[in-house]
Amino acid sequence: MTEITTSLLTLDARTQKRNAAERRFRAYGLAAVLTGLLLLVILLVSVLSNGLGAFRQTFVTVDITLDRAQIEEAEAALVKTKIYRGFIEDNIAASLEAAGVTEANDASAAADLLSKDAAASLRDWARTRLESDGEKWSKSFDFLAAGRIDGYLKGRVTMESAALDSKVTPEQLQLADTLRDAGVLVVKFNTGFFTLPDASENQVEAAGLGVAILGSAYLMLIVLFLALPIGVAASIYLEEFAPKNRLTDLIEVNISNLAAVPSIVFGILGLAIFINFIGLPQSAPIVGGLVLTLMTLPTIIISTRAALKAVPPSIRDGALGVGASPMQTVFHHVLPLAAPGILTGTIIGLAQALGETAPLLLIGMVAFVREYPAGPPEGFFDPASALPVQVYNWTQRADPAFFERASGAIIVLLIFLAIMNITAVFLRRKFERRW
Amino acid sequence: MTQNRAKIRTEGVNVHYGATHAIKDVTLDIPDKTVTAFIGPSGCGKSTFLRCINRMNDTIDVCRVTGIITIDGEDIYDRRIDPVQLRRKVGMVFQKPNPFPKSIYDNVAYGPKIHGLARNRAELDEIVEKALRRGAIWDEVKDRLSEPGTGLSGGQQQRLCIARAIATEPEILLMDEPCSALDPIATSQVEELIYELKNNYSVVIVTHSMQQAARVSQKTAFFHLGTMVEYGETDEIFTNPRDERTENYITGRIG
Repeated sequence: MTEITTSLLTLDARTQKRNAAERRFRAYGLAAVLTGLLLLVILLVSVLSNGLGAFRQTFVTVDITLDRAQIEEAEAALVKTKIYRGFIEDNIAASLEAAGVTEANDASAAADLLSKDAAASLRDWARTRLESDGEKWSKSFDFLAAGRIDGYLKGRVTMESAALDSKVTPEQLQLADTLRDAGVLVVKFNTGFFTLPDASENQVEAAGLGVAILGSAYLMLIVLFLALPIGVAASIYLEEFAPKNRLTDLIEVNISNLAAVPSIVFGILGLAIFINFIGLPQSAPIVGGLVLTLMTLPTIIISTRAALKAVPPSIRDGALGVGASPMQTVFHHVLPLAAPGILTGTIIGLAQALGETAPLLLIGMVAFVREYPAGPPEGFFDPASALPVQVYNWTQRADPAFFERASGAIIVLLIFLAIMNITAVFLRRKFERRW
Repeated sequence: MTQNRAKIRTEGVNVHYGATHAIKDVTLDIPDKTVTAFIGPSGCGKSTFLRCINRMNDTIDVCRVTGIITIDGEDIYDRRIDPVQLRRKVGMVFQKPNPFPKSIYDNVAYGPKIHGLARNRAELDEIVEKALRRGAIWDEVKDRLSEPGTGLSGGQQQRLCIARAIATEPEILLMDEPCSALDPIATSQVEELIYELKNNYSVVIVTHSMQQAARVSQKTAFFHLGTMVEYGETDEIFTNPRDERTENYITGRIG
């Protein structure tokens, strides 16, 4: 009988070592994942804590009553907004009284808490009244509060900082406290952040993403309608029809290289060719769209080719075997199977393009744009901004309120990107087919 | 057994894959309405030669075919021949069942549809039913024609592929190891089917199984290292081979 030298119940040294190595490797992997998650959380917390305030804004509620004579008088005056400011002061006094503010009932000081925008928006309303029938009109207005007052209600501005600030005084902040307690000054959801155009340094409260969102939408439309057909057609040709020779190899290598070209280079190219040589307008979505198309094409081509390659050759053989032409084989059998991959690649390419800033800076989309571009397709040639560029733009400005807006814009951008990526995952799940 | 007229004739066919000389100077006549088997060890070129007959090798860039292959006296490598039209006349069944990821009905209807064989839905239904019946799978799938073809078992998938190949009314049916992925029961079903098919088509089958060749074919060609060693009546090849290499192969000494 042979002597039993080892037992399965005790681990030998070698196995122990291997098990330890395996545990270490797992720990490294887990640590890597956790580090990634931690960084993501830090990013989200920082962006959200800085930017969520941008979605809320301080408004002053004033009931305004004007008659035809008042408006006509104001319109006849030389400095019209000054008269309208007077109207606001008159009506604020009444509003304050109604709200029960008796002490410190100073209408002029209260009107100072309003945005400079307020008189102009009252005038816009008043002028439309003139064209309608009637003699006397009233409306409850939610005027934007000035940026510093908004900052005070959100905690960004304090009594101490106001004492050093030329744009606001501690007395104004005290008045703001009173008005807030009276319910005249309220913080609520800021739809203007999504609809208003950019505003100047002095009117941070009126700055919105309207033009940037519209500009980004135009860019995406142009990129989608140019890059998808060109990219898919190029991939199908290269993958299914092109002879395998040196020229095809060369094209392939160059497409891969193109994907690695820094985006700013595409911006230079756009500036030199589309603006200086062809003469397309500066700051226009059409130029931005063309530049981003160039940038997105390699992504779409590479992912489409990968999707086409993943379709098993037996499907092609089967189709050719029953006498389908190469084109019928591609369009009836290969393309439907590759579609989920193509869609995913396209959406990821679009998401990249949506977040791209550098090339847009070079073609002038960083300009200060107050006017909305027209509807497509004419609007493609009007100046516009784009979301990432708007973020860049706002972070350049001195007023800390713009920093809050920039973070808010980043949140909007991230939400759009998340929607696109979720759509990509959803489409892939839905249309993925087994074979 | 009556000798049918030659359907396919090949003369001095050579195939090169880049620098590799895969088929060396093959000359043979394949008769009509007969099952002809190509046997030989792996890599001997029998599948390559089969794929020359419907020009499937055209899809491989580095593949070059020289020599003459005629079907009914027409050179299929003539410039004027459209391979798409040729493949309608010469159907093919592959080694691995490869139904399209579509319904059973659409799998069979696809060929007739693209060739315009049916004028309306009723005619198409008729063609599909006929093909599935001839493919000996109708009874198993008639109640679930709209289910995906990929959901069938391996043997059923292969018979579906055969039905798909015969739906376009080809004259020649090429089968590249059609039973290699099937279990013995499915294999015997497909073999029975092949035996039936010879009444309407000229069938050329590549197989690794000598028993299969003996069971289904009337003519057998033995390939070895790219050359066709011996070609003749199946009975004769298996009972009385003329070449030593053939004898070695069928007795299991090479291959």
